[in-house]
Amino acid sequence: MSNNTTGLSGPTRLQPPNNCQNLRRLDRFLRYNYLRGAFKPACNISITFTDGKNRKQVPVKKDNGQMVMNPLFHSQETIAGNVCIEPYQGKKVEHNGVKVELLGQIEMYFDRGNFYDFTSLVRELDVPGEIYENKAYPFEFPTVEMPYETYNGVNVRLRYLIMFVFGIISETILNFASFVFVIFRYVLKVTVTRGYAGSIVEYQDFVVRNYSPLPPINNSIKMEVGIEDCLHIEFEYNKSKYHLKDVILGKVYFLLVRIKIKNMDLEIRRRESTGAGANTHVETETLAKFELMDGAPVRGESIPVRLFLTPYDLTPTHKNINNKFSVKYYLNLVLVDEEDRRYFKQQEITLYRLKDESS
Amino acid sequence: MRRLAGVEDEEKWLAEGIAGIQHNAFFMHRALDANNLREVLKYSALMLSELRTSKLSPQKYYDLYMRAFDELRQLEVFFKDESRHGLPVVDLYELVQHAGNILPRMYLLCTVGSVYIKSKQAPSKDVLKDLVEMCRGVQHPIRGLFLRSYLAQVSRDKLPEIGSEYEGDANTVMDAVEFVLQNFTEMNKLWVRIQHQGPGTVREKQEKERNELRDLVGKNLHVLGQIEGVDLEMYKETVLPRVLEQVVNCKDELAQYYLMECIIQVFPDEYHLQTLETLLAACTQLMPTVDTKIVLTQLMDRLSNYAASSPDVLHEFLQVEAFAKLSNAIGKVIDTQIEMPIVGAMTLFVSLLTFTLRVHPDRLDYVDQILGACVVKLSSVPKLEDARAMKQVVALLSAPLEKYNDIVTALTLSNYPRVMDHLDDGTNKVMAMLIIQSIMKNNSCISTADKVEVLFELIKGLIKDLDGTDTEELDEEDFQEEQNSVARLIHMLDNEEPEEMLKIICVVRKHLMTGGTRRLPFTVPPLVFSALRLVRQLDSQGGDITGEEVSATPRKIFQILNQTIEVLSSVPCPELALRLYLQCAEAASDCDLEPAAYEFFTQAFILYEEEIADSKAQVTAIHLIIGTLQRINVFGVENRDTLTHKATGYSARLLKKPDQCRAVYACSHLFWVDDIDGIKDGERALLCLRRALRIANAAQQMANATRGSSGPVTLFVEILNKYIYFYEKGNPHITPSDIQSLIELINTEMQSDDNGNRRIHSDPFFTSTLRYIRFQKQKGGVIGDKYDLIKL
Repeated sequence: MSNNTTGLSGPTRLQPPNNCQNLRRLDRFLRYNYLRGAFKPACNISITFTDGKNRKQVPVKKDNGQMVMNPLFHSQETIAGNVCIEPYQGKKVEHNGVKVELLGQIEMYFDRGNFYDFTSLVRELDVPGEIYENKAYPFEFPTVEMPYETYNGVNVRLRYLIMFVFGIISETILNFASFVFVIFRYVLKVTVTRGYAGSIVEYQDFVVRNYSPLPPINNSIKMEVGIEDCLHIEFEYNKSKYHLKDVILGKVYFLLVRIKIKNMDLEIRRRESTGAGANTHVETETLAKFELMDGAPVRGESIPVRLFLTPYDLTPTHKNINNKFSVKYYLNLVLVDEEDRRYFKQQEITLYRLKDESS
Repeated sequence: MRRLAGVEDEEKWLAEGIAGIQHNAFFMHRALDANNLREVLKYSALMLSELRTSKLSPQKYYDLYMRAFDELRQLEVFFKDESRHGLPVVDLYELVQHAGNILPRMYLLCTVGSVYIKSKQAPSKDVLKDLVEMCRGVQHPIRGLFLRSYLAQVSRDKLPEIGSEYEGDANTVMDAVEFVLQNFTEMNKLWVRIQHQGPGTVREKQEKERNELRDLVGKNLHVLGQIEGVDLEMYKETVLPRVLEQVVNCKDELAQYYLMECIIQVFPDEYHLQTLETLLAACTQLMPTVDTKIVLTQLMDRLSNYAASSPDVLHEFLQVEAFAKLSNAIGKVIDTQIEMPIVGAMTLFVSLLTFTLRVHPDRLDYVDQILGACVVKLSSVPKLEDARAMKQVVALLSAPLEKYNDIVTALTLSNYPRVMDHLDDGTNKVMAMLIIQSIMKNNSCISTADKVEVLFELIKGLIKDLDGTDTEELDEEDFQEEQNSVARLIHMLDNEEPEEMLKIICVVRKHLMTGGTRRLPFTVPPLVFSALRLVRQLDSQGGDITGEEVSATPRKIFQILNQTIEVLSSVPCPELALRLYLQCAEAASDCDLEPAAYEFFTQAFILYEEEIADSKAQVTAIHLIIGTLQRINVFGVENRDTLTHKATGYSARLLKKPDQCRAVYACSHLFWVDDIDGIKDGERALLCLRRALRIANAAQQMANATRGSSGPVTLFVEILNKYIYFYEKGNPHITPSDIQSLIELINTEMQSDDNGNRRIHSDPFFTSTLRYIRFQKQKGGVIGDKYDLIKL
């Protein structure tokens, strides 16, 4: 809460996202396929979870844009299951050992293709030997500490296409600007180590989501902002911390209006930053653009704010994950005048995942 | 942008908008048929997006709105049926709020909201409150007005008013009122705001457009007026103050005028009455340019009609001191709105007066008070010249006359004449005529001198020349009609009590004497006759008033009359004066006042001698004199001789022989009055007749000499008739032989006429005279015996 009038930011333009990242993504995609297709594996490896049938599955978007369902885990859960190795008919598998790893990985924009493992747990499943027939190895990682959630970073294109058909932002700029800024994932990796023939590796992604308790302090955001002798408003959002299915309530009060306002929007913006110091990279994405007001108000008008968060693909706020990256959310109040000049004020909000939720 | 565009462009834009709606409605219908909620929402939002245009004028926008409205009805049906979309209405209520654009979002929300209320899954008041609050997001005046009007429409049958299925538990009529009030307030703000947009050059167009939109705003007041269960208490405490607050604070001329009008029209009369103070206080706070007078006039008209509707409600008016409040308010309005033309103020006074007359017919002081205020206002401006204002003043003055049907009431109003003073001369006369007509119509009698005094003060425009009136311009017919009215009016002044009556006469006389030469001939005769009536009344009452010190004696009245008629003779209007003198003389005679009668005759004779020069007038006058003198029996011998001698003398000195002849034989009656105690001087009567014969003879000779033909056998016949009359009445000096010789004379005269026609056609008068004699002979009896002596 502040009684000081702080400046609204003046007219700006949205920056078109950097397009060259597409190429890297394509490159990586091809490389995976190459690895799998080049050598004919001698066996089929499958990974199943003990409670796999009952466990909740959540949709995850893959690189190629397809949605796949992955099992959902929470921190402190025991991750247990079976690794099944099925040699193909009439083949035997010689190996120097079988192991299963639980990895937490980060891949970042400036270091594309390299996964940095921040969590790594290993279970040796078998000593070197030969496998002639189907063999199952149970495994268990008891009460795994997984403090960070799975996170798929910026993917600008679809947001805009769905939500802003009538918006002023041109579609053509963003239509092909699909890229991934940060990936933060958990994976089970089974390796059948072999000598010269190369190891056989199988991955099983799973999703981690962590619930937060209700924040003990949750102040409203209230602020008076303006441009001297031109526009003074006071806005209020009922909280500073919202859960993902929350609704933002509030109001915008017009204290002084000397410009001809055309409309007023409330935007939800996501800011991802990676690296530190001089190496910091920041990417911002507008996830929601919600019209609050149509037409020009006069002094004394109070415009209600009610924005349901459900329709938007939001994640909790992440602060300095493993000293690698942060994800922050902002509410951006934008007033547009008749000459299409934009006046805005951005306020950070904290998003968190509430236990009660269905996902 | 819209302002600069032509009509053609607008048509084009409208067509495009309609096409857009139809296009999306088509897909919406398809989705509706498939019960595909997501698609329905998508296409309905797209369809409603057409309403986001800023290019259309209100009228065209209305066209567009109506099309979308029709489609929304179908959408509502779909929303109602949960089995079709599979979502509880509460979820639906949230879902439609996900729409990114506010206008489609709000239309959808209102639509679902109405379904939500109908489902009764949430208290109607909460939904209504939410809807009306969320609509604030649309601040564009035209779009906002239509959106809120949509809200008002879909919620109209879902208000928790008394008797509604949505009322009860936590939902009270108060919530309904609150909702409508808030929607009204917001709509009015939007409406007023149109004015502040765009450059001044298009102001006129904006005003027009705003006028087209006003009913959208006013509709809310209609709804308020119709909500069941808004009792007086609630109206007084909540509804009216809130509405008025909005009206006053919006500081917009058009809105204030229209809304005040609405308030007055839509709410019941008794509410107005009970909240009069509040309502009037608001009137005084309106913008100076607002035509407050029409507003107040309407209010008073309504209250007047209410008062007239039933006598039972009158006590309510007294209870709330309606008059005092209205009167104060009008005073304030007139004081504060300096620029208001005088006609406006007058209109207000007329309305207030109408109100007062209906509500407080017994309170003359109120009426007088209004007139007083009117005088003050009129005094503050230079001479009234505005014809419309004048008309209003006339209306103001006529109202009490019509109401009371009695001028006497109006005469007690001290300010009445003061108001009349401010009229111009023409209007003053019109008003005076109205007053007189009122008196005539109602046959009202004005019976005291004071009232008469006031009355004549009122109609002084008719009584005398006012300053600056150009008499040349007056229409003669109008003038005569006016004066005839005054004359008629004089007869309406009457009092049984002679003392008072005399006073009245004096007052009237005083006023009439100022009338000038043109009016006196009209006004003096009725005054004279009015006085004579009093004289006869006194006379008939006999001597019981004598001996007391009373002023109302015939003698005194005759003195006054004498002076009055004297004025007339100098007008000059001698013939009329003469007639009046003779009337007076006769009256005096009846009262046995010989000196007075003699005096009047003297005056008449003087007039005859000095003023009446025209021979025809002289003939008429002398016959009048003779006739009057013949009937008067009060004179002593000496006086009578003097007068008859004079009269006979005048008769003989008339210019034309036939006139002389006829006057002279008429004089014969002065000597033979066929009464019991009448004078019977047969000899002098005969002398008159003989003298007449001589004159007739001379006349005939003159005719023969000048024209060669003799006409005046008629004169002989007339004289013959006089002979017969006196003979029959028993004048001893008339003998049958006189008559016989006269008949022969006539026969001879007729035969000596050398005109052949004459012989054949004997004189019909003569013939019938002879027939009369024969008839009397045959009849027999005393008279018959007398006639037998006459030989034919």
